[in-house]
Amino acid sequence: MKVLYFSWVRDKIGLDGEEFDLPPEINTAGEFIEWLKGKGDAYAEVIAASNTVKLAINQEYAGPSHPISNDDEVALFPPVTGGKG
Amino acid sequence: MIRVQREDFDVGAEVTGLTKGMHGIGGVCSFIGLVRELKRRESLEAMTLQHYPGMTEKELLKIEDEAHRRWPLEASLIIHRFGRLELGERIVLVVTASPHRKAAFESCEFLIDFLKTRAPFWKKEDYGSASEWLESRNVDDHAAERWIE
Repeated sequence: MKVLYFSWVRDKIGLDGEEFDLPPEINTAGEFIEWLKGKGDAYAEVIAASNTVKLAINQEYAGPSHPISNDDEVALFPPVTGGKG
Repeated sequence: MIRVQREDFDVGAEVTGLTKGMHGIGGVCSFIGLVRELKRRESLEAMTLQHYPGMTEKELLKIEDEAHRRWPLEASLIIHRFGRLELGERIVLVVTASPHRKAAFESCEFLIDFLKTRAPFWKKEDYGSASEWLESRNVDDHAAERWIE
């Protein structure tokens, strides 16, 4: 699975993205988030802000019940701030 | 039409290009977003816009499709820049063209409101040596909410 990070999530984790082998028991976005928490302090910190952190699966916004698989492109990022200054 | 680019755009040339030969258009509305000074921090020098290539284009196309579904538009254009932008530089252009002005005005406002809450762009404010990511603003969510059918 390809996982991408943006904005302060990228800064905190210290990577633009990374590859994971998802264990077979992880089947939803919510389960993935819980699993990712166990990867280290930086991940846990990001997930602790999960009322603000958004998830996209294959470049579409996804909620916690969205199915997830090893072939997906997943992205974690804060709420967007585009548009005018 | 949508474009995501690092370089600046020429508003006049874009409007001319968009509407050329389309004689059903009676009104064109445009919105141009600029990097502005912030009241709370005087030393803002620039901002850097990061985006999610691929998803950005998808989201912008979805928002544009939705505008065409709601209003009788002859043409539309969204250009959003990324990378480092200095104070006063253009960030975003939204252009809508329709037979009558009301649809052009309303859809232009709809596009900029929705783009701000949906398109995956993140702004980092640069203050010389320091920089910080901008938090999203609830006021933008409310601006978009009033369009929810």
